[in-house]
Amino acid sequence: MSDFEYVRPTTIDEAVRFLAAHGTEARILAGGTDLLIQLRNNDIQPSFILDVKHIRELQTGVQLKDGLVSISATVTMSELVMDPLINRYFPALVDAANVVGSVQIRNRATLVGNICNASPAADSAPPLLVYGAEVVAIGSQGKRRIPLNDFFVRSGVTVLQRGEFVASIELPVPTTRMGAAHVRRTRRRGHDLASVTLCCGVQETGVVRLSYGSVGPRPVLALDTSGILADEKAPEEAKTAIFESIFAQASPSKKSMRASPAYRLAMLRVLGKQALELALARLNDQG
Amino acid sequence: MEKLIPIEMNINNQHYKLEVSPSKRLLDVLREDLDLTATKECCGIGECGACTVLVNGKAVNSCLMLAVEADGATILTAEGLASNGRLDALQEAFLEKGAVQCGFCIPGQLMAAKYLLTQNPHPTREEVEEGMAGNLCRCGGYERIIEAVLSVAEKGEEQL
Repeated sequence: MSDFEYVRPTTIDEAVRFLAAHGTEARILAGGTDLLIQLRNNDIQPSFILDVKHIRELQTGVQLKDGLVSISATVTMSELVMDPLINRYFPALVDAANVVGSVQIRNRATLVGNICNASPAADSAPPLLVYGAEVVAIGSQGKRRIPLNDFFVRSGVTVLQRGEFVASIELPVPTTRMGAAHVRRTRRRGHDLASVTLCCGVQETGVVRLSYGSVGPRPVLALDTSGILADEKAPEEAKTAIFESIFAQASPSKKSMRASPAYRLAMLRVLGKQALELALARLNDQG
Repeated sequence: MEKLIPIEMNINNQHYKLEVSPSKRLLDVLREDLDLTATKECCGIGECGACTVLVNGKAVNSCLMLAVEADGATILTAEGLASNGRLDALQEAFLEKGAVQCGFCIPGQLMAAKYLLTQNPHPTREEVEEGMAGNLCRCGGYERIIEAVLSVAEKGEEQL
């Protein structure tokens, strides 16, 4: 690990000012479970590490206000899993947060950090996309809201500008009934990165929102508004055709060690069906 | 030259005032500055759990945390498990069940188990497997480690 200066602002203003001056030489630290590996391997050699955990405005946790649930940048995966609001409205996000890394990782890793690192395999991305999450970014130009689907560019790259950082993620409380589930495939049980990660949400209106990751440079969100996937009596061939169009955007890397492209594409189809069934069962349970 | 940062920590019920380099991990300070070498470095990337300690009651990988982040924290390492010359119930159980082979992963395993049982005093076997999934044992001693944790869980909370 090369030397750096550690900066610990206590207000957003202070952080914004620091990043405006030193944004190119600074990296942001929240949970650190990805950042410390990059530092250790000398993949990055920043002059400054800015720790956001002491910023008061980012310590708001999970809050419900005006039909939006906001999750602040300091909320860890373990806290998310235990949170009553998240369990009530966003169970597929609980599914996903529960399988990130190990207990030790979940006790440190934050949801916002998972999104900012923009790994194509990030387990939290598919449920957040299905639930229509927005990213609240703050920089010297002020605050802006970015739909999560517009946030990811490619592996490790987001639309965040120099000096900007993410204060929170906001999820609209579903206004129509919705059943959603997250599933994944890994090489081994327990602690592993996903070879395929996928979330399916079925709304009572018949709209299905499906999102998948680890099969291309960024997570993908697709919608089925035909009502066919949501219809349990629809013929299998019709459903298969919809799944095929949804999965057409998958382009798994040939270079990844975790799984071959053929395996990932096959598993995508298996997981798609599995998540749809689970999501429908959850929708019906609420009935 | 990087700036040293003053920090204070409570480790195993002892108060420490230190000046640390920002690029030192909690693991480095425990082992190199404080000679608390029960906590082990193995993978260094949060995959093996050998460096597990409790920070403010939560199990974390001390290789993925800067020492400066632990400023003001209460930390428990494997050295702090025994008290008044008596081993912790988990340590006794590990000995009794023969869960220790080469021993390298054991401090981390103990801390992961300690955390698991404080969160969930009566876990099922499946919950033990999940709670310990972040701790690798290259001797392959998983069965006996799981048995040891379950045996403490069966004895009940008062043993912790």
